[in-house]
Amino acid sequence: MAVATMHVEAEEKLRAKINQAGLWMFFLSETFLFSALATARFVIAGTGRPEDLNQLLGLGITSILLVSSLTAYRSEVAIARGDRSAFQRNLLATILLGLVFVIGVGFEWSSAEFELSDPFGTAFFSMTGVHAAHVVSGIFMLGLLYWLSLRGHFSAKKHWGVEATVKYWHFVDVVWVFFYPILYLISS
Amino acid sequence: MTATAQSEPQAGAISALMPLLRGLVWGGLGFALGAAFVGVLRTIDGRDFWSLELSMTFGYAIGIVGWLFGAGVWERWGREWLGLSTREGPTGWHRYFAFTTDHKIIGIQYLVTFMLLFLVAGLFAVLIRMQLLTPEASMLSEDSYNRVMSLHGIIMIAVAVAVVIGGFGNYFVPLLIGAEDVAFPRINALSFWMVPPVAIMLLAAQAVGGWDSGWTAYPPLSTQAASPGHIFFTLAIITFGISSILGGLNFLATIIYMRAPGMTWGRLPIFVWSMFATAILALLFTQFFAAAMLMVTLDRIADTSFFVAEAGGEPILYQHIFWFYSHPAVYIFVLPGLGVTLEILAHFSRKPLFAYKWAVGGLLGIVGLSALVWAHHMFVSGMDSRLIAPFLVTTEIISVPTGLVFLSALGTIWMGRLWLRTPMLFALAVVFNFMIGGITGIFLADAPTDVSLSDTYFVVAHFHYTIIGGEIFALFAAVYYWFPKITGKMYSERLGQLHFWLMFLSFNATFIPMFWAGLNGMNRRIASYTPDLQEINIVISVMGFIMAVSFLPFVYNMVRSVIWGEKAEADPWRARTLEWRVPSPPPLENFPAPPRVTGNPYDYGVPNAPAHGVLAVAGASEEDEA
Ligand code: HEM
Ligand SMILES: [Cu+2]
Repeated sequence: MAVATMHVEAEEKLRAKINQAGLWMFFLSETFLFSALATARFVIAGTGRPEDLNQLLGLGITSILLVSSLTAYRSEVAIARGDRSAFQRNLLATILLGLVFVIGVGFEWSSAEFELSDPFGTAFFSMTGVHAAHVVSGIFMLGLLYWLSLRGHFSAKKHWGVEATVKYWHFVDVVWVFFYPILYLISS
Repeated sequence: MTATAQSEPQAGAISALMPLLRGLVWGGLGFALGAAFVGVLRTIDGRDFWSLELSMTFGYAIGIVGWLFGAGVWERWGREWLGLSTREGPTGWHRYFAFTTDHKIIGIQYLVTFMLLFLVAGLFAVLIRMQLLTPEASMLSEDSYNRVMSLHGIIMIAVAVAVVIGGFGNYFVPLLIGAEDVAFPRINALSFWMVPPVAIMLLAAQAVGGWDSGWTAYPPLSTQAASPGHIFFTLAIITFGISSILGGLNFLATIIYMRAPGMTWGRLPIFVWSMFATAILALLFTQFFAAAMLMVTLDRIADTSFFVAEAGGEPILYQHIFWFYSHPAVYIFVLPGLGVTLEILAHFSRKPLFAYKWAVGGLLGIVGLSALVWAHHMFVSGMDSRLIAPFLVTTEIISVPTGLVFLSALGTIWMGRLWLRTPMLFALAVVFNFMIGGITGIFLADAPTDVSLSDTYFVVAHFHYTIIGGEIFALFAAVYYWFPKITGKMYSERLGQLHFWLMFLSFNATFIPMFWAGLNGMNRRIASYTPDLQEINIVISVMGFIMAVSFLPFVYNMVRSVIWGEKAEADPWRARTLEWRVPSPPPLENFPAPPRVTGNPYDYGVPNAPAHGVLAVAGASEEDEA
């Protein structure tokens, strides 16, 4: 008996390790995609940027995304403590902030003065577009987590789905931390 | 495969195809949904509802999700995401047509799919060679020649990426390391089920005009050509890229975490090491292929100007991004092939693998350097000329780790008691062919010689020597070597040797003259050539046709032996590695009793060497595992 449970525990530990490793490898791989896009920006558009970039909006959505990482973190901590209502509250907050970010990008897209076919426009729209697609997929996953938590899933001991999604959210956030200066701040 | 073990409640062929049909229906619905979404947005914007390439792209993106969900992701995985319980898949032979997580079935799915694609793309090569019997475009128009050449190229590249990795990697990596399955069995199935849409898209592209920019799809041709076939191409390649990335991730996690007790890194069979090295390349660099294709797609459908020079874009950028993947990709093709080769050379020379550690170092060294050589494909592209010298040097340097792997092969054969069965013949042929491929690479790496060799048949011959010679020969070595394990039957040795000699001789007779044609100014990728080259081209074509014929005994041998072959023993080659310690074919989850690894895989003829691995005695209680 005792041997059998030890076995199960060892196997669960191994599983957790494998899942973690898989997630980090995925991030590493994605880093290459984002670097390809960032490289393209410098090659085709140099280090210049248009004067009329909406700096206030850029700063705004960046802050919102950073705050959403905080709420995402808090939701993970909450479920690890077994505090379901705090978990759900922070999850909802993260989803809302994510949506605001996406709407902000959408607004930027529709109001930008530069064209898609300019070199800078090409870089700007494709980098923000690919990034926003990742944010949208993250919102989708957070939504699933919320739905599952309403149906009683996740506990202090079992919440790998939450952990993975929150890590993904942080990762997408970190990408933006690089994209923001590359698009909005650098200038020659 | 054996029908005895599993009861088969539904034996009907129709019900076996249900997952495929459901995938197609859901995929079709997804396509309609995606296309309609674009259409509605466009209508609101006051434009036409239907815009071929844009609607196509969005339809495809949603359609592929529909296909995957319909084919089995939903029932066996997705339901979990909504908190529902997943459903069981089919049993018996139906599993071969379904979304199944068993690594051995997925291995067979990959192997059969890509073998078929290999034969189909081989037929396109026959078409190409028929055209090249005459110096002017007579049989095919210039346009159709370019389309056939492009299709042949990309399908063969896809085969080269996936056939050994997806087929033998999936089937044998878990067995060789003593694991029950791969680390992420469902992701593994997902990788495979992304493949059918790729094949369908590449073939369907021909119905709308195909694409004529070769497998490399350089802009401005790929971004400006009118045929919507180009968009089919980029979408298919992005899908294939995702599949390949997930595959790489899975192999890495499997090899790092799922090794049996005692399977230290120093005892890992060399094929597993080669898969490890390959998986790193696939995980990381494939993103650049996807990125390049994404940029071409955007330039076509969204009016961006990544590669549009008039608008300030940079066509050369494409080549940098493309080759940053596609040079490492040539190692994705060849490293698993070299791994199989070293594996078989050791078992069939009855000697320890020579300089095992150096060979592993060589494989990892290649991985490290492979990111630093890409621009040797661009010496004549017009890139900044300051890049030429550094890339010449790095390319020459990568010969060093490659040489280590090669020396390990030679040292293993040296003074060995060679057992010349079909797998060994193919493995020896790899050593011979790859030597020619590698040496001719050096002339291409030297910028001064490359300037006149680039874009000629010299390059065509070089990469066929490395890819067919280094990987496809290894593929056949692996097929014959592991055939008894996979099927439980023995292939016909006589037919196997017939296949070998026909293929080996015709292969060399086809591609050696191509070096000569290239040196004499024969350009690649064009339907016509100067009349003085006709004789050599007739030789090449006729030899090529013989090579095509050499696959007939192979196909016949496989089919015949699977059905009527003699029953194989569990260990017909008296090999030391773990896959031969289990019955043929291996049972579900591989090991009837937990394996324990106690020695090196290749200690043939080493006095008092412990066995590589043993299975715990069935019935005895399991001991500690710490
Ligand atoms: C020993 C090392 C090798 C060297 C030094 C080498 C060098 C080169 C160079 C310089 C080129 C560019 C030629 C040109 O376009 O002018 C080339 C082309 C190519 N090589 Fe290699 N190569 C080596 C090994 C390999 C291997 C192992 C493979 C594949 C398994 C391979 C596959 C290819 C392919 C596919 C191309 C042609 C790409 C295209 O333009 O379509 N090479 N090689
Ligand atoms: Cu290369």
